[in-house]
Amino acid sequence: MKTEKTVTPKKSAAASMQTGADVLVEALIEQQVETIFGYPGGAVLPIYDALYRSEAEFEHILTRHEQGAIHAAEGYARVKRKAGVVLATSGPGATNLVTGIADAMMDSLPLVVITGQVATNVTGTDAFQEADFMGITTPITKHNYQVQSSYDIPRIIKEAFHIASTGRPGPVVVDIPKDISAKPCFETDQSPFHLPGYHPTFKPNPIQIKKLGEALKKAKKPLILTGAGVLHGGGSDTLKKLVERFDIPVTSTLLGLGAFPGDHPLFLGMAGMHGTYTSNMAITDCDLLINIGARFDDRLTGNLEHFAKNAVVAHIDVDPAEIGKNVPTHIPIVSDAGAALQEMERQLESGPEDHQAWLEELHYNKDAYPLWFNNPPEGMTAQWAVKKIYEATDGDAIVTTDVGQHQMWAAQYFQFTRPDRWVTSGGLGTMGFGFPAAIGCQLACPEENVIAIVGDGGFQMTLQELSVLQERNLPVKIVILNNQALGMVRQWQEEFYEERYSESLVSCQPDFVKLADSYSIRGVKIESQKDFEEQIGELMSYNGPVLIDARVIQQENVFPMVPPGRGINDMVGVKP
Amino acid sequence: MKRIITLVVQNRSGVLNRVTGLMHKRQFNIESISVGRTEQEGISKMTFVVDVEDHRKLEQLTKQLNKQIDVLKVTDLSEKAIVARELALIKIVSNAGVRNEVQGIIEPFRASVIDVSKDSLSVQVTGKPEKIEALINLLRPYGIKDTARTGLTAFSRGSQPQSAELTQYSLLK
Repeated sequence: MKTEKTVTPKKSAAASMQTGADVLVEALIEQQVETIFGYPGGAVLPIYDALYRSEAEFEHILTRHEQGAIHAAEGYARVKRKAGVVLATSGPGATNLVTGIADAMMDSLPLVVITGQVATNVTGTDAFQEADFMGITTPITKHNYQVQSSYDIPRIIKEAFHIASTGRPGPVVVDIPKDISAKPCFETDQSPFHLPGYHPTFKPNPIQIKKLGEALKKAKKPLILTGAGVLHGGGSDTLKKLVERFDIPVTSTLLGLGAFPGDHPLFLGMAGMHGTYTSNMAITDCDLLINIGARFDDRLTGNLEHFAKNAVVAHIDVDPAEIGKNVPTHIPIVSDAGAALQEMERQLESGPEDHQAWLEELHYNKDAYPLWFNNPPEGMTAQWAVKKIYEATDGDAIVTTDVGQHQMWAAQYFQFTRPDRWVTSGGLGTMGFGFPAAIGCQLACPEENVIAIVGDGGFQMTLQELSVLQERNLPVKIVILNNQALGMVRQWQEEFYEERYSESLVSCQPDFVKLADSYSIRGVKIESQKDFEEQIGELMSYNGPVLIDARVIQQENVFPMVPPGRGINDMVGVKP
Repeated sequence: MKRIITLVVQNRSGVLNRVTGLMHKRQFNIESISVGRTEQEGISKMTFVVDVEDHRKLEQLTKQLNKQIDVLKVTDLSEKAIVARELALIKIVSNAGVRNEVQGIIEPFRASVIDVSKDSLSVQVTGKPEKIEALINLLRPYGIKDTARTGLTAFSRGSQPQSAELTQYSLLK
């Protein structure tokens, strides 16, 4: 889908001289980069020129805002398990990436973010479009570089990709001053990189796995908690084998959904603030909690004083700093989740000896306290709509979301049966993430169904990326669960601020169908269950982009819920 | 509780910012920092005295520091037998009349006069922070015009005694 080049410059003597930018492009080719998400500007003109002149079949995706570019790269990275690459100019181009960088840092997504910088002779003079991007991004990157000489570019790019995608993945920024990318480059450092301060642990200590095996044997109430680490480590298949062999119930964090099949009888549903009652009670009552690749985030744990108080806690994490950070851990295992699961499969001969009563209790809870929602005769609820989307696609889709009510409902009612099909902004909770992330997912997986389930608030933060759908005819399905409100804010105002709906009811909004139409995208407004049910199947299988403005009831709240500050066993709205 | 933490780092731009930023983000209070090059080209050493609430926070701090790509080694010296020193420069009000008196005060501290002017006198002293505090207190009555302290720098002693004897060597106990 490369845009046609109108001019093919002749290779003169001057053109054959490599610039720093050419060296950068070569380094990216060496990293097998296929897709770059970006936006040009002054300080990256030399890099864009080098891309233009390059023979390589790069796909450059021109988003309409840098934030769109980086969220798309995050979506791409999440489903492809490969570093997403972003390119933006200095100053405002770079600062527009900040939300996405912080988001990728929180959710451990591998990104290599290349930004332009003002020329070295004016650095620090408050030059036009200058921002101290190293200073800005130091606390929100896994690592960052400012290139001081084009000689270093090949080595730095190698290091950047290595750091971004190994260990606990994360974003790496490479800031390149304009003169360095523009000037000829006579010599480059082609030596293999050397990172003496970076040695992520990959394999578990077998003795710790043995301890875990012993604890598992003794456990009467074992429970596995899956996090996104299982997905990053490619451990889903091994996990399923282990779980089925030993009959261990499984719960999950928001980001871990899909690591274990959502429709499996041993799956208890998501845990946490809007988790299932069964999962939260299982965490509260279990005597062995095996956390695989989750970081005990506060939305999962609730008040730590009530979290898994009766349990021996085993924690497998590739990042040693996560172990013991929030929850005291008895069996720490620093390892890639996939490698740890394989070691468990190799070592563990027998599972829990006496846990039938536990399984029965959990199955009873699952039947007695299922997720529920209102289904009024008039209008439709967002939960119902998500369920219908799930049924219409047989669950065979990559789903992206923003943050808020629609995100929780998607997590609750769309059952992910395979890994890497669920792309959501968990840690940072970024509005406007879902739609551009869906673009990245669709580019990474052209054959898959990609559905962006978004709210009307979040969608309006990054809707300019409709241009990308139009331009490339990407068949992304956008479902706006439109309640004309910032639903989660409204819910908290209802519950905790005596219904003072301060700035959360947003009835003034564009006509989304006309908006879609202006981008030559098929737009449909649906207001009733009947229409939704009739049309959803056809819309989901439509060969092209679709925007669905699904009007849902504003007053619906996400339940069950752990009120802030309480333990996760202390839920409200468990039953209608 | 006070801890002495040393870091061996790659001498790259921004590395001090990374480390102090990390401490700031996780709300560790830095009492002193000293940084200098080591005998190895491109490698620097930082010595921090930090105030940490408890052992869990301390563990978190050292783990987070270890995660920094430019940080090669993190050592918590607090439980070890160490040699720790700080250097201070103290400028006091002084005229010819009190110079001898001051000389008498600083001598037991093995401090030395490094600058004299018509109405001031500068003293250099090296030692543990308590020793420096003690000298500053003794000189205070003369009128202190200025002080400059390097912050503590430290490393472990060549031989480590049994842990039972540690307290007498450790600085912070």
